[in-house]
Amino acid sequence: MSAHSPRTSVPPAEARVGAKPRLRRFHQASWDEPLLFELTSPGERGVGVPTTDLPVPALPAGLARESAPQLPELSQLHVLRHYLRLSQENLGVDLNIDVGQGTCTMKYSPKVNDTFVVDQRISELHPLQDESTVQGVLEIIYRLEGLLKEISGMDRVSLQPGAGSAAIYANVSMIRAYHASRGEAEQRDEVITTMFSHPSNAACAKVAGYKVITLMPDEDGYPDIEALRAAVGPRTAALLITNPEDTGIFNPRIEEFVRLAHEAGGLCCYDQANANGILGITRARDAGFDLCHFNLHKTFSTPHACGGPAAGACGVSEALVPFLPRPTVEFDGSRYRLEDDRPESVGKIRPFYGVVPNLVRAYAWIMSMGAEGLREVAETAVLNNNYLMAKVLEIRGVSAPYAKGRRRVEQARYSWEQLNADTGIHSEQIGVRAADFGTHYWTSHHPYVVPEPMTLEPTESYSQADLDEYAAILAEVAREAYEEPEVVRTAPHRSTIHQLRQESLDDPDTWAVTWRAYRRKLGAGA
Amino acid sequence: MAHPYIPNSVPAVRERMLKAVGAASVEEFYADIPESIRLRRPLDLPAPLRSEAELVRHLDGLLARNTPGALSFLGAGCYQHHVPAVVDEVATRSEFLTAYAGEPYEDHGRFQALWEYQSLMGELLELDVVNVPTYDGFQATGTALRMAGRVTGRRTLLIVGPVDPDKLSKIADYVRPDHDVVLVDAAAVADLDLSADVAAVYCETPNYHGILDASVPALAARAHAAGALLVAGCNPISLGVVAPPSAYGADIVCGDIQPLGIRMSFGGGNAGFIATRDDPRLVSEFPSRLFGVIPTTVEGEYGFGDVDYERTSFAVREEGKEWVGTAAALHGIMAGVYLALMGPQGMREIGETILANTAYAQRRLAEIPGVEAPSAAAGQVSFADFLVRFTGSLTAAEVNTRLLALGIHGGKVLSATDALYCVTEIHTREDIDRLAQALEEITA
Repeated sequence: MSAHSPRTSVPPAEARVGAKPRLRRFHQASWDEPLLFELTSPGERGVGVPTTDLPVPALPAGLARESAPQLPELSQLHVLRHYLRLSQENLGVDLNIDVGQGTCTMKYSPKVNDTFVVDQRISELHPLQDESTVQGVLEIIYRLEGLLKEISGMDRVSLQPGAGSAAIYANVSMIRAYHASRGEAEQRDEVITTMFSHPSNAACAKVAGYKVITLMPDEDGYPDIEALRAAVGPRTAALLITNPEDTGIFNPRIEEFVRLAHEAGGLCCYDQANANGILGITRARDAGFDLCHFNLHKTFSTPHACGGPAAGACGVSEALVPFLPRPTVEFDGSRYRLEDDRPESVGKIRPFYGVVPNLVRAYAWIMSMGAEGLREVAETAVLNNNYLMAKVLEIRGVSAPYAKGRRRVEQARYSWEQLNADTGIHSEQIGVRAADFGTHYWTSHHPYVVPEPMTLEPTESYSQADLDEYAAILAEVAREAYEEPEVVRTAPHRSTIHQLRQESLDDPDTWAVTWRAYRRKLGAGA
Repeated sequence: MAHPYIPNSVPAVRERMLKAVGAASVEEFYADIPESIRLRRPLDLPAPLRSEAELVRHLDGLLARNTPGALSFLGAGCYQHHVPAVVDEVATRSEFLTAYAGEPYEDHGRFQALWEYQSLMGELLELDVVNVPTYDGFQATGTALRMAGRVTGRRTLLIVGPVDPDKLSKIADYVRPDHDVVLVDAAAVADLDLSADVAAVYCETPNYHGILDASVPALAARAHAAGALLVAGCNPISLGVVAPPSAYGADIVCGDIQPLGIRMSFGGGNAGFIATRDDPRLVSEFPSRLFGVIPTTVEGEYGFGDVDYERTSFAVREEGKEWVGTAAALHGIMAGVYLALMGPQGMREIGETILANTAYAQRRLAEIPGVEAPSAAAGQVSFADFLVRFTGSLTAAEVNTRLLALGIHGGKVLSATDALYCVTEIHTREDIDRLAQALEEITA
């Protein structure tokens, strides 16, 4: 190939930055891979299992399986090949510029931290082993609690919840126990949250028996303080609130929100899913919160794993400590031990002590950062977001509703309302077309208070060139929407599959959650 | 010095980007945060381990204080099984490990792998609807019981013991506003009047003590006659040989998939399954995502999407069924790989080996003076977990201390005399004999 070829004459990095990035001629792997069950070859097997010549006892009547499960039969290579092909038909943070999953904090999960959790000294520990044989992991849990206490300013932290929503539920359960301990459980039956807080705040409160009051944003996008004044009262159990909210807008009146809830006798619980931009800048304790939670798979870098396993951390002030899930990890100066004797505890949120591999990863990540590093994470995430926002707002048809002229913290919720009015193309369709360029984005939770939404959160992990490329992809798709909308309307074109026909998903006669249902309803592969 | 995880920590880049957005410093981005809540000091954290080598050395020092690998007879909700190498290979693929909640296009692989997990579990359970995993078996049980409560509109939940007290704690907390939990034993159910207000009878096979209780199959008829549902827990790794609860009429089946190829990780390796018949009345009560296979615009191409999404809190916040969020999807994919490798033959063999080892261990230990295997003595068959009773001068806890000195983890202590021991396919006859010999010496 000639040195003059445009693909090889790459200018030096300094010259490239700021220049119009070349859009990638991407095509995702598309193996046209059959369903696992279609690959079955009777008699084959994927792994050998220890057998025994010891006698197998007869099972009680009605408890013996009568016919073998209709699992597929494949040799080992064929199982591996199938799943490797599926993995190639998936994009993770490690492969794409994953800034499009706003609220999810898609940052780099360092590979070195994965090595600690596949180590047998974590992976092969049984949770009921004698404490003398697990001092190292107990110390990690204890130390991680200490780090998160300082990062949040709270007095104790439980690491038991399996993820963010489980942590929200644990906090609501502690709120319920707190009011019950004061004889106010019956009286305080309302929880207040905001529309731009994660839906699990509302949903978990409902499960715990609360009526839910949702504050809508005011004209500037801040939660409506007049609505809060009208809502608080003797029935208020708690305020559950995110800040910055999922719009990336920080509520500057947060202390007043906390004060109003406290004056009514309610507790204040801080959903810190969006903490990545404010690490070391402001803390739950500093704004007067009684409880908070972090998502360790977001802010503290543990991998998102296709949707978990994750890990949640609940921080509480002294008054709530008695209600923390049991057991806690305690240290007497020489030994770490599990304390299960906690009579006022809400009890168990999940089996044993938490998603330990992710606690180890989060601990290692914080230790690789230190105070200065966490501050750098926050500042860079915020810089990246405001840089990307400036780029995105240059694109025709997009806007960032609310708080005009104000900066955002670590993410921003945009609207393609104008583009939709001009072209008829919806935000979802733009996101689907982005897949043809090797990335994607997420709109927002429902309901779409911001019309035609798009939520971008570029974290600290992405370079300026990454952000330029991402903005260029959006610009190109917006151009297509105006100039050749059919390209967008019929996307994706270079993805694993083509446009879905979704009608059957809401019809009990045609939905098929398993192979057996699919065969029965659609007669396939029978 | 730029941090290796933060490309834009290079000072020149930072300056250039600030200039591009017209900001003098990052402080401008925090203008909405009032001074009164700003932390005007550095966080008080240990000095960072800036190099990977230092970090590895530090973690290695902590991990060195853990001791895996001893001969262990611990189970009680967390099980040691062999994990095939292919499961690890798939689980550590970047494409799966670092993806999240993408769309059915660029993350087609995740949707297919999870739909296949649902399908493999469906074959094992002989049920048409299985969820994308929830956090763990405790959560699955709590949700299954709430589902039964919503279907029946009734309040009482009859829990047939013995049940893990930790699981019972979770259930009690989780259903508190809407349900009363009543713990009974299987024999007592026959004498109870279920007609008025019982939403569900919950039982487990094997139960907390590992027993395959012969009275369980009759519970379905009792529950159904009274208008209640049978919610049944099971250990999925037993189902190559043990009947799935659907076979005796269970309406909702739930449990934890940790035994299916997921390492113990100090109790962090869980994921919960919930399964039902394909009855819209039940399907509409799932909080979890349910992936469905659908066609695309190209003939013969498979796509996937969310079944009946309007059920979920993602769609309608507190008006949805409980809540849905990030839970344990990768563990579902891993369990799928495990079942694909095992196939019907592997699942039968592992079930038989565990049954045979459990029976042998009880027989062998019961030969020791002062040691009893009460379930076996009562003619009950156990799977993996089994009760051991020490009638001599040592308590079950004291026995454990002495076993540990011999490099053996004894079972979970239940009381002064009783402990819950466990064997799986990884235990050889020699391992069990070594435990028996150790107990002979200790209790002599």
